[in-house]
Formats: sequence, C-alpha cells, structure tokens
Amino acid sequence: MRGLKSLLWPSWFPVSRKLKSEPEGQRFPRVVPAGDSAILIELGSEIAPEISAMVFALTDLIKDAGLNSGLEVLPTYRSVLVYYDPLVCSYSEMFDAVNGAVERLVEPVNVNSSLKIIEIPVVYGGDDGPDLDFVADHAGITEETVIELHSGTDYRVYMLGFSPGFPYLGGLDERIAAPRLKTPRVLVPAGSVGIAESQTGVYPNAGPGGWRIIGRTSVPLFDVNSSTPSLITPATKVRFIPVDQHD
Amino acid sequence: MTKTSDPSIQVVRCGFMALVQDQGRFGFQELGVSVSGAADKEALDVGNILVGNSPESAAIEVMLGDFEIEFMESMMFALTGAETEASLDDVPVGRNLSYKAHAGSRLSLSNVRQGLRAYISVQGGIDTPIILGSRSTHITSGIGGFEGRALQPGDVLKVGGSELGHEYSSRCWDGYESPTDELSIRVVLGPQDDEFSESGIETFLSSTYVVSDQSNRQGLRLEGSAIESRNGRFDIVSDAVVNGSIQVPGDGKPIILLSDRQTTGGYLKIATVASVDIPRLGQVSPGNRITFSVVSVEESQQLFIESQDRLSSSINDLVGDQFFLRVSDTDISVGTAVSGSAEIVILDGIAYPIIVDEFIPDE
Repeated sequence: MRGLKSLLWPSWFPVSRKLKSEPEGQRFPRVVPAGDSAILIELGSEIAPEISAMVFALTDLIKDAGLNSGLEVLPTYRSVLVYYDPLVCSYSEMFDAVNGAVERLVEPVNVNSSLKIIEIPVVYGGDDGPDLDFVADHAGITEETVIELHSGTDYRVYMLGFSPGFPYLGGLDERIAAPRLKTPRVLVPAGSVGIAESQTGVYPNAGPGGWRIIGRTSVPLFDVNSSTPSLITPATKVRFIPVDQHD
Repeated sequence: MTKTSDPSIQVVRCGFMALVQDQGRFGFQELGVSVSGAADKEALDVGNILVGNSPESAAIEVMLGDFEIEFMESMMFALTGAETEASLDDVPVGRNLSYKAHAGSRLSLSNVRQGLRAYISVQGGIDTPIILGSRSTHITSGIGGFEGRALQPGDVLKVGGSELGHEYSSRCWDGYESPTDELSIRVVLGPQDDEFSESGIETFLSSTYVVSDQSNRQGLRLEGSAIESRNGRFDIVSDAVVNGSIQVPGDGKPIILLSDRQTTGGYLKIATVASVDIPRLGQVSPGNRITFSVVSVEESQQLFIESQDRLSSSINDLVGDQFFLRVSDTDISVGTAVSGSAEIVILDGIAYPIIVDEFIPDE
C-alpha cells in the first residue's frame, strides 16, 4: 500500500525554495487515507498562494467529477479532503478516482487568476475597534496609517475554519502585525475585525477571542437559516472598506 | 383520543447535559461548520430502528443520566447507549427494547452505571428545526437542536409524525456490547504517520493511555507516554480533520477528535480510529484506559460493513405466542412475547410496563 502513497508532481509545478530545502521536498502531491471514510490529498506543507491555487483547482475538479459517493470536499491551506461512504465505495476505487482528478491538474494553475472580491465595510477604532491605538503604538505609526494599510490590501481567503464562517486570510502588511491579547476577551462582538501576529480576520459570531480588535462590520457574515450561509467563501478575496458609521 | 396538537414531550429534570442529536451536519465543513451529531452513532441507529424511525431521525443524548421527560401523547420510545436505571412511572424499563408510553407517563433515568451517554429515541423522532441540513446541537456555535443549546427543564420538544401510527409493535436488539472501562481501539495509520519516528509509532501502539478529565464531545485528551515525532515538530499548517482523527500536539500526548471537533487542525495526525470503533469512544469517561492496534484501511472498511449488517440483523420483532395476564379475574391480552421482551398493559387508562423474564409458550 505504501507504493500508492507517493505520486510524482507534474513537471510544471513551481518548486518553491522552502520545499526544495526540505529533504522530502518532492513528496507532494500525496494521496493518503484519513481513516476508512475519507481520503486526503496533500499538495504542500506551507501557506503559499501557489499551493492554495492548486487546492482550489483540485477541489473544483473533484466536485465537477461528481465522484461516486463523494459526500463532501474540504479544501484547506495545503490539502483537500474528500469524504466518502465506505458502504458504497472502497478505498481503492476512491483512490483511483481522486488520483484521476490529481492527474487532470495538468496545466499550471494561474495564481493571480481573478478571485471574486468580497467587500466588507468596517468602522475602524472607537468602541468598534478598541485595540486600534495599541496596534498603531506597537507599529509606531498613526491610527490613520494602520487603517490605510489594513484596508489597502485584498486578502486571499485560504480557508474557513475555527468557527462557522471564520476566514483564514493571507496578506497582512507585516508593519501592522501585533501580538495577541495576554488575556482573551470573554466576549468579542460579531463582526469584529482583528489582528493576531501576522494574521487578520473577522469574527462572524460573537464569542471569546484574543485578537487585537481594530474595527467592526455590521454586515451579517453567517446566517444559519440560509442555504448559502457564509458571506465569505473559500477561493475568494476579502477587501475591507473603511466607513465612518454603520448602515 | 382526538387530540389535534402535535405530539410532544417535555423535559422534567436534567441533571447534567442533554442534547438533541442526529447523524450530524454534513455539507458545510468548508465553511467551518462542525459536523457534531451523536457521539455514539450505534446507539442512535439502534434507537431509531427500535421505534421504526428513519436513520436521519433525531434523539436525545443524555450525558451521565439523571434525566426525566413526560410524554404529552402516547408514543413508542426506546432507551439505548449507556446503562442507566430507568423507569416509566416507577416501573423499571430495560435498554435496547421499544415500549409504548401513554400520554402523561414519565420516563426517568438515574445516573449512568456503565458508559457515559444514554439515548432516548421516540417514534417520529425529535422534531426541532432543521438547521443547515441537521437537527444536531453544536453548543459552541449555538447551532441546531433546541434553540442551539442544551435542554433545560420545561422545554417542550415537538415529535415528528410516524408512519407506524398507533399500531403497537415492540422490538428488541441483542447486538449490544456493554461499555467497558478498558478499550482496545483499532486505527488506520495516517495521514501523517510518516512524520513520526519508528519509536514514536511503537510508543503509540504499545502504551496504555488514560482518558483525562479534559475530555468532551470535541475530543478525548489522553494521558500516557509521549509520542516522538520524526524531527521534533508537531505543528503543521492546518489541514482537515475527521471523526476519530488522532492528533499529537507538542507534549506528545494524543487527542482523539470526536463529533464536535472543529473542521481543521494544526497538529500532526498519527492515525484515524476505525469507524466501527468510534461509537465506543462516545461512551468513554475520564479514567478509562485505551490501547491502540493497527488495521489496514481495507480491513477497517470491512469491519464497518459487517457492523452495519449486524445492526439490522440483531433487531428482532417480538413475535411469539400471545400471552395473557390475569388481573382481578379478568384475562387481558398483552400481545405477543418472547423472553426479554417488554410489554405495556393498559388497565383503566394507566400503562403498566412489563418485562417478560422468561416466556414459556403454551403446549
């Protein structure tokens, strides 16, 4: 079975410096079982736009193929998980089907292909962003510059996780990276926009949280009563738009 | 008997935690929505079969027992999962049997004796709103179940319609293995077993782990020998986790992820629990001991297929001879019976449950 584990990269794959420096640098993609009801395709080991583009291209291929008994497809930073029903489909059948999809990733994936941009209006600072002054002090810049830098980037949505509708965004300007709160807040309001180290994100639901909160949006991000519950979806980009007040 | 209201049950007493659960919430994991669902799916499945429900029907998952409901209408019910002392209007009722309760009767569960979670299934299923395709309660995100939360005394739960109507047919299930304090759990290695050293894998497979009290529906934290990774690294860039994923964080102590897990995780995963053994982990309490053994993915699938066959083949209709009970010089038909069956006798509008110790048919 071990032999099935390693597949050769397509020759076009851009091997990044990080991958090259690792002894197992050529081991992706890997198609491996995640138990008896899911199969995992690992496309890399790091956070990178190239790998993310591959992840979403493969996710589309697998969804479009309508794999027999493929129940659910879950893209992440660097891998794609396919759930299936072992009562309907054996591991080897699923392996072959998934492998076929991996092999169809024949063309280089355009990293900069136009991803849908989701605009999120944000009131920065004040009661909506109690940590804006801290982030500015920490960066040694004005609050206005923090807002300019934070809203001046389109953030790639690498995946959703942690809680319903919570996006993992990439692309924060390192100048406004800031440490987490030493003691997390008991309740962060829904829509709060925060920074933690070199990550930024927005809390779709109220809950405890340790990120530095710099603003808040009043746009509902997650609606459990909708069949498309999340405003932000994988394979999109998020743009924060500064506004003076909530609608 | 011409009531027009929807059938329902009311929570009378709730000692620890009781949740509405079904098979789980699938199809929204890519949006970060936890699957949740019954921690012991086998107990859920058995309960649904016993009361004639479809597998998607929801039941009440009662942690640690100490729980009481009142039936507002006459309906079939079954008690599965953890072993509790249970009674219907003070008359003992058994597990893995279906009974008919009459309107106004109360089902009471004591603290559990063995196992952790008991399941109460009712004919027609618990009919809380379907949220994102499921009735399962995920407390952390406040989604599903009864108003997104654990049940409280006074809650009235709607019960769905049933094709069984009022026709009474009791069934029993004899495939149950009692929960134990020491479990041998089968696993499929991976998806990141090659990131562990040989001695790390050896430690994992030869050690006995103890379930810590930091365990819940999200996962079981285990205490025991630390597992060594190949290059001292345990953190990875997050990828997906599944029911039964065994993560190893930096302290080397494994965590088994269960129903309420998040959709992704940032630790190496050494192995994944075989589906056939996952329900048993839903009955595990702190202090229980776990050892692991490896099966291939093919063996794991075969074990699961066999367990699903056993599920249906272990259900028995209580077909047997009619028997009669003599009360006040009146013979009352109690229906059909076999040893171990449960029957309800209604006298003057009051239901009396009877468990048949030994049924000896007439010659």
